[in-house]
Amino acid sequence: MLKLDRVSKVYRVGTFGGKELRAVDNVSFEVREGEVVSLIGESGSGKSTIGKLILRLTPKTSGSITFNGVDISTLRGNALKEYYRKVQGVFQDPFSSYNPIFKADRIFKIIRDEFFPDVSGTEWNDRVRRALEAVGLNPEHVLDKFPHQLSGGQLQRFLIARALLLDIEFLVADEIISMLDASTRIDVLNLLADLKSRGLSILFITHDLSLGYYISERAVILYRGCVVEMGATEKIYHNPLHPYTRMLMASVPRLDRKWGKEEARLELEARPALSAGCVYYSRCPLADTALGCASRRPALLGVESDHFVACFRYTEAERVLSPARESGLTVPVEAQFSSGDKTL
Amino acid sequence: MSLQVQGLTVYYQTLWGDVRALENATFTVADGEIMGLAGESGCGKTTLGHSLILLKPPMRFIAGRVTLDGQELPTWDMERMNAFRFTKVSIIPQYAMNALNPTRKIGKMIAELLESRKVRFKAVLPELKRRLDLVKLPPDVLNMYPIELSGGMKQRMVMVISTLLNPSLLIADEITSALDVASQKAVAEMLADFRDLGFVNSLIVITHDMSILYQIADSILVMYAGQLAEKAPADAIIHTPRHPYTRLLIASLPEVGVRYSQKRLMGIPGRPPLLLHPPSGCRFRERCPLAFERCLEEPPFVELEKGHFVACWKALEEEGERGERAYVEA
Amino acid sequence: MIQAKQTHELLYFALRNSKLRLGLAVLLLFVLLALVGPLLTDYRPYDYVGPGAQPPSSRYWFGTTTFGQDVFTQFVFGLRATFLVGLVGGGLATLIGVLIGFVAGYRGGLIDELLNMLTNIVLVIPTLAVLLIIAAYLEVRGVLIESVFIGCTAWPWAARAVRAQTFSLRAREFVDLARLSGMKPLKIILTEIAPNMLSYLLLVFILQFGGAILIAATLDFIGLGPTNAISLGLMMNNAVLWSALMLGMWWWFIPPGIAITAIVGALYVTNVGLDEVFNPKLREM
Repeated sequence: MLKLDRVSKVYRVGTFGGKELRAVDNVSFEVREGEVVSLIGESGSGKSTIGKLILRLTPKTSGSITFNGVDISTLRGNALKEYYRKVQGVFQDPFSSYNPIFKADRIFKIIRDEFFPDVSGTEWNDRVRRALEAVGLNPEHVLDKFPHQLSGGQLQRFLIARALLLDIEFLVADEIISMLDASTRIDVLNLLADLKSRGLSILFITHDLSLGYYISERAVILYRGCVVEMGATEKIYHNPLHPYTRMLMASVPRLDRKWGKEEARLELEARPALSAGCVYYSRCPLADTALGCASRRPALLGVESDHFVACFRYTEAERVLSPARESGLTVPVEAQFSSGDKTL
Repeated sequence: MSLQVQGLTVYYQTLWGDVRALENATFTVADGEIMGLAGESGCGKTTLGHSLILLKPPMRFIAGRVTLDGQELPTWDMERMNAFRFTKVSIIPQYAMNALNPTRKIGKMIAELLESRKVRFKAVLPELKRRLDLVKLPPDVLNMYPIELSGGMKQRMVMVISTLLNPSLLIADEITSALDVASQKAVAEMLADFRDLGFVNSLIVITHDMSILYQIADSILVMYAGQLAEKAPADAIIHTPRHPYTRLLIASLPEVGVRYSQKRLMGIPGRPPLLLHPPSGCRFRERCPLAFERCLEEPPFVELEKGHFVACWKALEEEGERGERAYVEA
Repeated sequence: MIQAKQTHELLYFALRNSKLRLGLAVLLLFVLLALVGPLLTDYRPYDYVGPGAQPPSSRYWFGTTTFGQDVFTQFVFGLRATFLVGLVGGGLATLIGVLIGFVAGYRGGLIDELLNMLTNIVLVIPTLAVLLIIAAYLEVRGVLIESVFIGCTAWPWAARAVRAQTFSLRAREFVDLARLSGMKPLKIILTEIAPNMLSYLLLVFILQFGGAILIAATLDFIGLGPTNAISLGLMMNNAVLWSALMLGMWWWFIPPGIAITAIVGALYVTNVGLDEVFNPKLREM
């Protein structure tokens, strides 16, 4: 349904724009119908930028983003508006998403004015009520209120209701629960899962691994703008391959086991990523110039079905960039991994 | 030596009245104990942390007694508390990374801080260098300006500064929330190391992230709407919580290994009460599935098992029945 | 639109703010004088009404000038001109500045660069020199021309300020959401961003008003003012030209001087007071 093909977003920074910052670097992945894909990365990984690119809030530098086969960068005027009928976003800060001087349900009124000017008043109110109930809100309690009178969880659900009013097919959820209290997070998350089972596709952007695992079928791990690992969530979590993913798994605090004694290699300060080599080079305990880690970018390779990794340590099993090709490959990973694995 | 807090009550003064942010807190932090202070936003954990060291307006001290190492802390008196800050009680505030003066070199800032405590910089310098080494900061960081350091480095720098004079109690307020996963682990482990190496005696770690506390804390104190709900060893809080709020909270945390399709987690319906006019008695009763008439009266914070304190009438009832059954079976 | 409680809260603080009360009171006094004053006098500003250089008396409340013109008449008509300049000049400057600020702040990129360049150019132009040239060509100048001139040259700082505010508001997520709702940029500026800045825009206007009066007074004082009207600045200009200081005719230059100072001062004080009302952090509890 939504496909990113070698998408890049480059910013010009520094005095006189001499240097460049590759916020998103040659990213390709796909979200199919009725699927939830987690985009996992820490701050600076480019995950939010990808969300904005998909929502056409910022222009891409290169590559293509297609929705149902149509390149979205060609959309203008009414065509763009039609795109927004099918694709919407919800962002991280619920309070910043509302204009503080107006009431919260003004967002519904905006949708009506822009997209459904011909719908009658009563019919519209009916639709609003149904949308609110679909997200688990009681219309009596939440209509006609100002944003600061509602809780973060309610505000986020309001935004999801707004998206439902448009009858969307694809939702970009950018860290939508990180600012909510722990006890309300799970309700919003469950709501998303419910909507998925009714056919909505979701790109779930987060830095929290456990959330990604809870809700998505497939995951894309980002580091500094590049995809380092990608595939079925189960496979990635139970068998992390890329050194960065392994570091994440080992460092994330869990409730079922304590941290091991491995030293998580800290970002070696003031060392910018090399412009040519692998993005993870400066922190990778397995980096090896002999393999080309410092000079070339590794490509995404299929190591088992629906599991791809971009790392020179994994020998080419098969050059698979399209997830649809079932390779039937079941060679155990250890056999393919070259030695040197001490600290992971 | 330890920290003893009895009946600490602190309110916030506002235009519309007093916000009852902390009500009747009584607990102890033992020698060498790392206690996690957990709860959701607005529960009073930051108020509690700050009232132990910097109780300034609009916070208002109402009642209570705080004793550290046998000595009473005059927390309500900002002037007199000056003598205790950095030397006996120290804090790493939230956004500590932004607390470094951008126009001062770090070494100069530390020197000025020490002068104000009547400690000579030269005397402390060798120890300072040792500690910088411990947290993996190069010694020439003293000659740098804060802007030259990354977020994680600044955080570690502030940790070193706050513990330089070996305080008896260190309060860490949400120090990991703005960091990436690797730095979080490093900083959390460093806190535990500081305790192990004797730089600080006891630690109070304030955070909303229970999983970090499970990793490094000895005990966890859970707060709700300004009241203490439960305090127990970390394992007990996570695996055998007694307070309904704690139970519901733990049950709502997604974990790696749990998928929506397998096990649907549940949240806690409703919202915490506004503390301007909080409900009487137990403040969780409006959301609690186990609430009954007794809950209109504030439950006492009692020790049900060794080191396991709960403020809940239902939990008390359960314990009573358990005691009876044990008696009968014996 | 703005909730009742919020307006109520604003009014509560507004009425209690001493600076606001003081500023508004002084302004009201002068406005009344400007409105009502001319009705109290039978003369016109440049009429010769009696013996020259008379100190204030029951007949001539503010005395007379060297030429026997009634100072009080000149004063109240001058007040009207002063307020007119403030309104038109200040209003025009605000309008231009706000428009440019909004567009530059919202669009960013090339348009922002171009508008910035324009702002800087206007800022740097030596207005005095330009005015001298204009004065040389226009023999007859009215208050309106003066106001328009001031309006066209005093807007840069307003544009800068509004641009900065617009930048910060634009980064807020509700603007993104408005874009995702298919709203056109102009509509977003008018319906989402501008309402958030109403208090700020009001403050900008007040400052422009005061600034325009001051600039006009300065121009008048050095002789570049209107040729066919009277204003407070012109009064002072005349007074100095005809040695009122040395002859001790205090009644000629002191009233206009005090009036200008009081009005502009009151405007600034009102501004500070309003700022406190709108910004909770500045309020003294």
